[in-house]
Amino acid sequence: MIQQLAFYLFSFMLLLAASMVIAARNPVHSVLFLILAFFNAAGLFVLLGAEFLAMILVVVYVGAVAVLFLFVVMMLDVDFAELKRGLLDYLPTGLLLGFVLLAELVVVALLWKTLPAAHTALASATPNGLSNTAVLGRILYTDYVYYFQIAGLILLVAMIGAIVLTLRHRPGVRRQRIDVQNARTPAMSMKLVDAKPGEGA
Amino acid sequence: MIFTHYFQQHMPYAWAWALSQVLSIGIFLVCLLVMVAFILLYDRKIFAAVQMRRGPNVVGVFGLLQSFADLGKYLIKEVIIPAGANKVIFILAPLVSATLAFAAWVVIPMDNHWVFADINVGILYLFAVSSLGVYGIIMAGWASNSKYPFLSACRAAAQMVSYEVSIGFVLVTVLLFAGSLNLSDIVRAQQSAGALAFLHWNVFSILFPMLPIFFVSAIAETNRPPFDLVEAESELVAGYFVEYSSTPFLLFYLAEFLNICLMSAMVAILFFGGWLSPINIWPLTAIPGIVWLILKLWFFFFCFALVRAFVPRYRYDQLMRLGWKVFLPTTLLWVLVTAAWVVYVRHGGA
Repeated sequence: MIQQLAFYLFSFMLLLAASMVIAARNPVHSVLFLILAFFNAAGLFVLLGAEFLAMILVVVYVGAVAVLFLFVVMMLDVDFAELKRGLLDYLPTGLLLGFVLLAELVVVALLWKTLPAAHTALASATPNGLSNTAVLGRILYTDYVYYFQIAGLILLVAMIGAIVLTLRHRPGVRRQRIDVQNARTPAMSMKLVDAKPGEGA
Repeated sequence: MIFTHYFQQHMPYAWAWALSQVLSIGIFLVCLLVMVAFILLYDRKIFAAVQMRRGPNVVGVFGLLQSFADLGKYLIKEVIIPAGANKVIFILAPLVSATLAFAAWVVIPMDNHWVFADINVGILYLFAVSSLGVYGIIMAGWASNSKYPFLSACRAAAQMVSYEVSIGFVLVTVLLFAGSLNLSDIVRAQQSAGALAFLHWNVFSILFPMLPIFFVSAIAETNRPPFDLVEAESELVAGYFVEYSSTPFLLFYLAEFLNICLMSAMVAILFFGGWLSPINIWPLTAIPGIVWLILKLWFFFFCFALVRAFVPRYRYDQLMRLGWKVFLPTTLLWVLVTAAWVVYVRHGGA
């Protein structure tokens, strides 16, 4: 009973937040609605018993990705009234695209064939009393470790690429060098002088 | 629970359970608020003692009721919303901060089997909720539509995301060592039957180098001095809550202190055996676990407060250097070391 109530609450809020992402006039409001949508998706994951995925969704998407997103959107001064002006012109194309996507989803959902054994596997508990997280880890890091490593390498290449593209070495910039600073001793940087009156150092 | 049994006489089990949960959460929140009221006073007393002042000593005996007087003051003042502010988000920001600060406490185990939500992924939940704390600050900074709060929000976003990384890796080393993501299991893994039980705590294990890193990252994550660049008063007046007054300000204040208490409790749970007694000898073992946890919490809060009183503020580039160039490589290396230790030393390479 409570679970069903929670399901309908999360789904309703998810759909509402998702539509508000595109409907909101202010881009910051859009990002905040996106975060609300992520939250409700995490709630749905918890209801499915996938608590690890729910937490990872919150940590990665809400805790890190959306923060940077919000950061960028806050910095930009976009005139959204200007962008929204052509809304009616794009509406038919957008609706058509949405309809095509929906039709594809329906086709996939209807034609997707699963083994009968898979249905029982969905409802069964994880083997050997392992927790959800342990089973996920075993599959990801033991059974599919090479695919996981390849995915990691691809991300590494993307990261290095982004750094190379934005890295600039400007000459003549004074930078703090902590090791040099820490290596300094009083003897190297200071001299005690016995100043005579009337003469100075 | 007692409440569930009582309500079950009048209604079906599910409703009785839900009602009793709500009731006990309410009681817990009130206890938490009372504790924070005294923590606030404690903080001010420590700060005063370091500066050779007396601190609050007028309201009540030794100023014990000072926080309650402050509460009354905050509540009866006028709520001012700047004309240029984005009203909805302006009001929402302190609510988000306070709600998240309270929500994190639901997975903190007070004693053996004495926790509201004994979930499998408790440590991840804590990490998730503490990483969301930045939203309250960003929303407040942006919605205020004012320069200082906005600068503060920018600083907060960069700082908190940076230090989450090292906190995350410290949590990974602890959960590798304990073999569980459940906070109660992490404490139970530190239990031992011997008299000198404290030698079995995580702090006296291979995890020891992670303690100072977690301690410093926790200070940075809660934006406390010496990492309080978010609210540096000499540059940004007060940072993200410059425009706030009355109750919304109180909520920010409350959230900040709840988060520091949470971090103190996390240090106690992750490294100092949570509710466990340090020495297994009779009069000490008879003390309930919650007392030990609260004593440890107050001790680590004392440490945080001393750091706040002693250490001058960092520069922003130094803060970033510490987070990314010192803590990140060290914690990453230590994840490897801990994993190797668990596999090759504890399990003998099996």
